[in-house]
Amino acid sequence: MSGFRVIQPGLLTLIQDAGRFGHHRIGLTTGGPVDSLAFKWANRLVDNPLNSTTLEISFGGLVMQAETDAQIVLAGAEMPLKINGVEQDRWHAHKIKAGDKIEVSFSAQGARAYLAVSGGFQVEHSFSSSATVTREGIGGFTGDKLQQGDFLYCKPSGEHGGFRLPEEHRPDYFDDISLRVITGYQQQAFSDYQKRLFFSSEYKVTDRADRMGYRLEGPEVKPSIDGILSEGICHGAIQIPADGQPIVLLNDRQTIGGYPKIGSMIAMDTARMAQLLPGSRISFEEISIDDAHNLHCLAHVRFNNTEPEAID
Amino acid sequence: MISMADNSIRIEVAGENALIIYFGEKTDPSVSARVQQAVTILETELNGKLIDMVPSYASLLVIYDQLATDHLEVRSTIRKVLNQLSDAVNTEGNLVILPAYYSRESGPDLDALAQRAGLSADEVIKLHSEMEYRVYAIGFAPGFAYLGEVDERIAAPRLSTPRMKVPRGAIAIADRQTAVYPAVSPGGWNLIGLCPTRMFDPEAEPTMPVQVGDRIKFNPISRDEFFALGGELGEIK
Repeated sequence: MSGFRVIQPGLLTLIQDAGRFGHHRIGLTTGGPVDSLAFKWANRLVDNPLNSTTLEISFGGLVMQAETDAQIVLAGAEMPLKINGVEQDRWHAHKIKAGDKIEVSFSAQGARAYLAVSGGFQVEHSFSSSATVTREGIGGFTGDKLQQGDFLYCKPSGEHGGFRLPEEHRPDYFDDISLRVITGYQQQAFSDYQKRLFFSSEYKVTDRADRMGYRLEGPEVKPSIDGILSEGICHGAIQIPADGQPIVLLNDRQTIGGYPKIGSMIAMDTARMAQLLPGSRISFEEISIDDAHNLHCLAHVRFNNTEPEAID
Repeated sequence: MISMADNSIRIEVAGENALIIYFGEKTDPSVSARVQQAVTILETELNGKLIDMVPSYASLLVIYDQLATDHLEVRSTIRKVLNQLSDAVNTEGNLVILPAYYSRESGPDLDALAQRAGLSADEVIKLHSEMEYRVYAIGFAPGFAYLGEVDERIAAPRLSTPRMKVPRGAIAIADRQTAVYPAVSPGGWNLIGLCPTRMFDPEAEPTMPVQVGDRIKFNPISRDEFFALGGELGEIK
């Protein structure tokens, strides 16, 4: 058997590929990495296809034992990485040997990190994806988070060359707390005053913030309607329930809902928000859908044009 | 023909890569049929550019790949498609019969609902099982089909305190909607019976016995038939 044995699963470690698409019609949500940029970098630094299966480690605490030769990389939140007790650089592929112990400690900054292995973890797909959605009990190993004793299969690939991402290209998760929102959906149900209140206020991330959605706390925003006929919810949608406190819906959101929505946060920014811990403060900035398209395309080009350094 | 001049149809921005089409403001089989038609045609028209779609009662969320297209192109494709939609009547879905074991044992809210309506439990069962329902939407959880509409005499508001645990297969009513719980979950709908048919089975092909646009009829069965069909009572808390 070639792969990794889970000695300690950490607080919340989930098997994730890029996500589950095309199944909303039967009620299945997307799943996938909440910080897709860090996820893509993790795969790229070990030369994997970008949708390969990785581990999404929330908060840290993962310990694994290698039972194969392979290359691994850790990208994302600042979780100290140790191989056989020696601290190693993150955003940097490392060759490991069978018997090596890999430890990912608790995060100093940021909430999610992605651990990729050369060739990707070999996990059976359900509905065209390995992405774990615990609420639905789908993906990963029987739809659950990683458990002690789980075995993560991968192909031996120690000879493979990996990469490191130079410091200047590594994202900083706390630089910018203004998150960009496109107004849409029921935005006409929010008066100009309510919109101005929303875009000029500061909101706190509550402890009810998870992969399904981030509940925020701050000045109450009130739409002129109570609810709507249930309709599809897209990634980043910001719904305002009766208490006036916004909820930003993320990867594990329910597919259909009936609360009014002021608009949606762009994916580049939900990725940054998902790195925030409860108590963090954020504000919103309105952008047009054209600007959002431009930002998305530019980010895509920048990612493709950023060349990581090869490691021997 | 449906024309974009029809004011009841609107296309709105939902997110950076999502537009939502509103076909109307209320639950209506002809509106729902238009939603279904649009799903089928857009799937072809946006082939390779589409990420996912979420049809619901009177709306369709269209999620597209921003690297393959943009909101202007998707909007113009949607406009073209809306002009192609024919009259809705000929888009009736399959008729699916779901066995239903209605009883006090399997439906703890049956008596209260009957009492509220001023009917006997048998009359409630008759009204619920005589009606043909339409699958308006699937969502909330995998396989949760929103069916409508129940006879207004048996419409009932959600429980003031939702239950912690509703068993898989529970047949339930909330307002004029009815549904079968696909899995054990919390729930605030009124429980009137149990259905032995699995509404979502990830191992089965197809994974669901119904899809949006289908028609559903409940067929009352006895306790013995319920168990013979593999039904389980499950825990209610």
